[in-house]
Amino acid sequence: MRGGPRWFPRSSGQAALVAVALLPLAWLGISALRGTLGANPVERLEHTTGQWTLRLLLATLAITPLRRALGRPWLAPYRRTLGLLAFSYCTLHLGMYALIDLFGAWDTLVEDVLERPYISAGFTGFLLLLPLAITSTRAWLRRLGKRWVVLHRLVYAAAVAGCLHFLWLVKADLFEPLVYSGILALLLGARLWPLLKRAAASP
Amino acid sequence: MLIRRTPLGERSELEVTDHSLYLRRREFIHAGAVAAAALLLPGCGRAEETAAAGNSGTSPKSPVRAPDGFSTDEPQTPLADVSSYNNFYEFGTDKDDPAENAGSLVTKPWSVSIEGEVAKPGSVPLESLLAGTPTVERVYRLRCVEAWSMVIPWRGVPLRDVLARLEPTSRAKYVAFRTLLDPAQMPGQRRAVLDWPYREGLRIDEAMHALALLATGMYGRDLPNQNGAPLRLVVPWKYGFKSIKSIVSIRLQETQPETTWNMSAPSEYGFYSNVNPDVDHPRWSQKREKRIGDYHRTRTLPFNGYADQVAQLYAGMDLRANF
Repeated sequence: MRGGPRWFPRSSGQAALVAVALLPLAWLGISALRGTLGANPVERLEHTTGQWTLRLLLATLAITPLRRALGRPWLAPYRRTLGLLAFSYCTLHLGMYALIDLFGAWDTLVEDVLERPYISAGFTGFLLLLPLAITSTRAWLRRLGKRWVVLHRLVYAAAVAGCLHFLWLVKADLFEPLVYSGILALLLGARLWPLLKRAAASP
Repeated sequence: MLIRRTPLGERSELEVTDHSLYLRRREFIHAGAVAAAALLLPGCGRAEETAAAGNSGTSPKSPVRAPDGFSTDEPQTPLADVSSYNNFYEFGTDKDDPAENAGSLVTKPWSVSIEGEVAKPGSVPLESLLAGTPTVERVYRLRCVEAWSMVIPWRGVPLRDVLARLEPTSRAKYVAFRTLLDPAQMPGQRRAVLDWPYREGLRIDEAMHALALLATGMYGRDLPNQNGAPLRLVVPWKYGFKSIKSIVSIRLQETQPETTWNMSAPSEYGFYSNVNPDVDHPRWSQKREKRIGDYHRTRTLPFNGYADQVAQLYAGMDLRANF
């Protein structure tokens, strides 16, 4: 099945995943139209798109360990789908903040990015995801060869930046960002563990 | 001074000023009560308050303000927003948690423990604490340290009237307030997100300032639990977290009291915490704020627009060091 435009999901499974992952966005859109986003709708939009960015990013990182642990090679393509979905929510999240929340207050935008650690971290995360989204196509994969794999390790840094963004944002209740950070730690550990074992086995 | 009062029950949710009263404003003017009429808020026209208005001026940065300098006539934030978007960690740390969880708070009967440097310390039923102190309506801006703001019509008594009746001794340099500690009623206290009970404090001259209010209601009705029922502080020139909710203790003391957010993160929340666009919170710019209901951010004013009234309290102080 090679028909259709390039960005179109290549399997019905991927199409279903995209549809499900866009449900929160649809819910936000409907709520915005109905005026049920609460007292601070822009903040609600920012928080929700930010949460889904992190969730989808963690889901992206969960694919490879799951694929290995369960021996399900067909899972592999979903990593890219999830990664692109995470990037989409991330772009919406940043756009919401920079274009709507800070509309007209551009001096604040520059200052925020440079001086507020949580915003610096979040913006860094976006910048790290950007080249990954651009080079997510088969053409780029072919063009970059082995370097593609190295480049796409930036996703770990992006996920760390995303968790720091959340951790540094909250005032006192670290519970939710710690849950995300804990899951990220497990997922990174799942990758490091085999490497460490191999290093220990070959002195 | 002509003081007119409208029965609270006749007021709509969103409109503290009775419309018929508004339409009759010329009568007030003819009666000579210019300030009270323009204010559209009867009951606040005390002599010294009107006098204070004289020097309030209209500097270009001043927000629109009623002539006595106490209430603003900026558009009021809808009650639905004020009662559903709250920072009241005793009921959860999400903005909509307090509205969901504060039903478990029992506000009647309620007593307040009067402690420290006063003539007669002891526990006082709320009704007795407020009895004989004239109730006022004040429309204040509320500026949260998180860079959002609201305009809220409060009902309450000036804090200084209450303090004066407690007869503070000469050693009373500060006032310390404490929120109820009861995890059964306040489920948020089951987690040590903050060092419970919530504590706040003011210097005595701040507490005796005419703007400082002990609120029992808003929008012409009793306070909803999530907004700090049955008794809360309102200090409009300071960040919102200074305006402690559900107060069970008022202590006058000689030393600066410990305050909850300052204990939690001393580099982020100072004892004074006056609204100051020139001193950023490490995590937020304080230059602008989002007025709830507005789309865009507006510039934050020093002392939340109350500089004319309160700046002299801090004359000679380095507000950057004493943030």
